[in-house]
Amino acid sequence: MALTKIAEIILLILLVVCAVGVNFGKSLLQAVIIFMSYSSIMCILWVLLESPDLAITEAAVGAGVSSVLFMLTLRRIHTEDLRMEALQQEAGMSDPVQIAEASQEEGSSEAGITGE
Amino acid sequence: MKIFDLNFDVEEEPIPDGEDHDLLENIMDGEEVHDSPREKVKTEKEYYRNYVRSTQWVQKLILTENRGFNVFYFSVAVVSCVLLIGMLLFTISYLPRYGVENPESILVVKRYVENGLQETGAVNIISGIILDYRAFDTLGESHVLFTALMCVTVLLRRDSKNMRTQYEDFYTIRDEKYHELYRESIMKFVAAVLLPCLLLYGAYVLLNGQISPGGGFSGGAVLGSGLIICAAAFGFRSTDRVITRKTANLIAFFSLGFYSFAKGYVFFTGANGLENHIPKGTPGAILSGGLILPLDIAVGLVVATTMFGFYSLFRRGSIGGNK
Repeated sequence: MALTKIAEIILLILLVVCAVGVNFGKSLLQAVIIFMSYSSIMCILWVLLESPDLAITEAAVGAGVSSVLFMLTLRRIHTEDLRMEALQQEAGMSDPVQIAEASQEEGSSEAGITGE
Repeated sequence: MKIFDLNFDVEEEPIPDGEDHDLLENIMDGEEVHDSPREKVKTEKEYYRNYVRSTQWVQKLILTENRGFNVFYFSVAVVSCVLLIGMLLFTISYLPRYGVENPESILVVKRYVENGLQETGAVNIISGIILDYRAFDTLGESHVLFTALMCVTVLLRRDSKNMRTQYEDFYTIRDEKYHELYRESIMKFVAAVLLPCLLLYGAYVLLNGQISPGGGFSGGAVLGSGLIICAAAFGFRSTDRVITRKTANLIAFFSLGFYSFAKGYVFFTGANGLENHIPKGTPGAILSGGLILPLDIAVGLVVATTMFGFYSLFRRGSIGGNK
């Protein structure tokens, strides 16, 4: 009985740590993985609270499917970045600073776009 | 029946067909995938050049000129967060303490615990509540899932008609081909070991909803995860044989239609003391609980299709290919 209590307290502390840690991850992928571990801890806590129905759903949806969807969204975002990079290279402007300078040099015809 | 293409040999990768190989080589070489006139390509490049310039300007503006606005934004965000946390903690203080009986909800709990087995025929009282007493709530949830799938389809569906530029699916096609050809063998091996257990577990949870913990939603989610793992490891060719767009539509339509019809029938015959014609069966057997088992299967199929549909739409913009 006491062992269950101690395990419950440790899991609750880890839950709070994970919930706060999502905000302080270095990359978005790290945040998704911490969120995944949050769901796994929540799943064990549901079992300790005697609701196995919720535990199964939390494990399948919270830790499984939603994390996969987050990762796919990240992949799509990075694909967009790659596409923009490729377009920049194709236009002969690999360096962003170079592009900014080029846009400043091109005179007053594009003053509306560059905001000068 | 051969459903999945299992390839365990590291050396012997699946050899692409002639057309696929040509397409892959074209993509890898960076040539144009779609046939579009040169003028259109030119205007597209011009558009993107202007786009890059405009984003540069916006970034510079945010970084240098609007530092005061950033400070204002940050402080407002912190204050609203603190306010929200305070409001939620204040609301929690009104909830009944953990383990203490709430006098207002004790009546319905008493009814469920004492008469649930006789009235629903389900040993697992949770299934009895969500699919018998509160079946209309579950009907609404299933329709919410279906609506979510429709919204994701509207937002992410991608075919030749609604692509803005030829670059839209350039990297997606390349990634697909790459992952289909050179998928790591450790992923394939783990998926091949895990997949039968996962699908069996999902079917068990789905069909035993009235006896043991689980039921339609959990079982459907596990089945959907199995399909997702299958698509991630063996490519979409393996799942296209099981779920196409047509089958997904048919499954959603017939499951939700059956659910609505069955619950509508029970609403007019079984409720309010009228006689119910549907047999309850012996509690504890797999064919017990009246309508709970068929409703579980309907909900599970809808949930599995929705989960896999989300994954498929997020990854390639369609369910079951553009056929």
